[in-house]
Amino acid sequence: MPINLYIFLALALFSIGVIGVLTRRNAIIIFMCIELMLNAVNLLLVAFSKMHLADSMAAGAAPTLTNGIDAQLFVFFIMVVAAAEVTVGLAIIVMMYRNIHSVDVNFLNRLKN
Amino acid sequence: MNAIILSAILGVVLMFTGIFTTNKSTIRAVAVGGMLLLLLANIAELRGMQFFDINTRGMLVFSKLGLLFNSIAFGATLLYFLLSARDVLEVGENGADYFALIFFILCGVSIVSSFNSLLLLFLGIEIISIPLYILTGSDKRNLKSNEASLKYFLMGAFSTGIMLMGIVLMYGARATFSIDPTLQIANAGRDVWYTSGLMLLFISMAFKVSAAPFHFWTPDVYDGAPTVFTSFMATIVKAAVFIAFVRLFEFSYSNSGYDWRLIVSVVIAATLLIGNITAIFQQSVKRMLAYSSIAQAGFMLFALFSYNALSKEGIILYSLGYSLATIGVFAVLIKMKDYTFEGFNGLARTQPVLAATTTIFLLSLAGIPMTIGFFAKYFMLASAVKTGTYLWLVILAIICAAISVYYYFRVIQAMYFKEGAGETVAISSVFRWLLILVAGLIILFGIFPNMILNYLYF
Repeated sequence: MPINLYIFLALALFSIGVIGVLTRRNAIIIFMCIELMLNAVNLLLVAFSKMHLADSMAAGAAPTLTNGIDAQLFVFFIMVVAAAEVTVGLAIIVMMYRNIHSVDVNFLNRLKN
Repeated sequence: MNAIILSAILGVVLMFTGIFTTNKSTIRAVAVGGMLLLLLANIAELRGMQFFDINTRGMLVFSKLGLLFNSIAFGATLLYFLLSARDVLEVGENGADYFALIFFILCGVSIVSSFNSLLLLFLGIEIISIPLYILTGSDKRNLKSNEASLKYFLMGAFSTGIMLMGIVLMYGARATFSIDPTLQIANAGRDVWYTSGLMLLFISMAFKVSAAPFHFWTPDVYDGAPTVFTSFMATIVKAAVFIAFVRLFEFSYSNSGYDWRLIVSVVIAATLLIGNITAIFQQSVKRMLAYSSIAQAGFMLFALFSYNALSKEGIILYSLGYSLATIGVFAVLIKMKDYTFEGFNGLARTQPVLAATTTIFLLSLAGIPMTIGFFAKYFMLASAVKTGTYLWLVILAIICAAISVYYYFRVIQAMYFKEGAGETVAISSVFRWLLILVAGLIILFGIFPNMILNYLYF
């Protein structure tokens, strides 16, 4: 499959995430949209990893070559960091819910006054 | 490498200190001692003494610039601990954990000052950001702190997503995460990925350093966070992200084949104008300092604009001068009962030492000669003049520096020329001497900036 299709898919998922972050008002849903952005990146990383492997094979490299493996490692790092971020993020949302019994980010506009 | 490993260990040590003791002075002593150790270990590395011999396979490169910046960041944090450690412990019950989180942030700071791979950049920025979300929200019962923390978290996670998209597109174009151009495999058909990736990365870093038009979260977050942590966030963390920004684009600029100076100059102009003009209209000194930090970011962005020897010296001086002066101002601000400009009325009569040192800090922020802030601004502008292009930007920056004098001097005017009680909480004499020390350092480096800059070369 040509790489362009993967790029389109990943960019579509990423854009859905960005639009969700910008338009939704519920903190949990914004959070889900951010996760969607991260996972679009993961998908594209794996696709690029395969692409670079195929490129180096086509250039006549040995079949055991590990080109492109660093992208797959990067995916694991993103997963771990995303998990750490979820822990902190959900704790913050829970802390806010305890104080105001709502997870609506419109509440944030009060700071400006 | 010394700093990365040691700061992570010290973070864990501080967490255990919190388990074994709740005695505040013990926790403070451990934190200050640990900070001193970290500073000495980093200076040892700057003098060529590595405690750990680890093959990082080109992912980390310890340059003089990065190590010198680490020393400045650690030194500034040490002063910050000495001045404000009591106030850190006042924020909540888990005093030792706050110090532990600050040590983890310093681990991230030393990673981003020496990264050579985009993977390490991502990890470093996240190691800095995640503890900061917690510190911002550490005042759990305070609604403003909650809001600031949620806002900071959502904005930070969003910009991390954008950063990752940029990194992956650059990887797709060049087949490596390294920022070293000799390791990258160029492919003309994929240059468009590289450029768009670079652009996304630029946007996300602009988010992190609060450059306009991505600055909107800054005033709210800086205002809502507990004042001690705002002080840390606005100085050391911000300067560290700038060092990462400069390292990141050092090679990528020439590599992309576009005229990046145009984009950077527009961002600088917008940042300077928005930061300075909005700061004029603030009623609270804390919020004014938040906008002033946006304005100062505009000057620091000149390092990205010019890329020559002067700009490297400039970013070092700027991070030093800005950190020292802002930490000093915030340390005084924490002691005030009223954060508005009126709260400072008549401070010169009740607390003459506080008023005098605050005046020196504010003069340094405004860039008056004899203070380090002057040379910082001078080096930045001189580096831009040296490039020979975009002279209007330099003129605009000078006008903005003149505008900034207005709102900094409002505080000085309130302290010296207005009648008022100037109420503060109780102040120890050690605190006064420390403020005099910080003010002395500002003037010392303001007269002899080469005392710092020599370390870049020798």
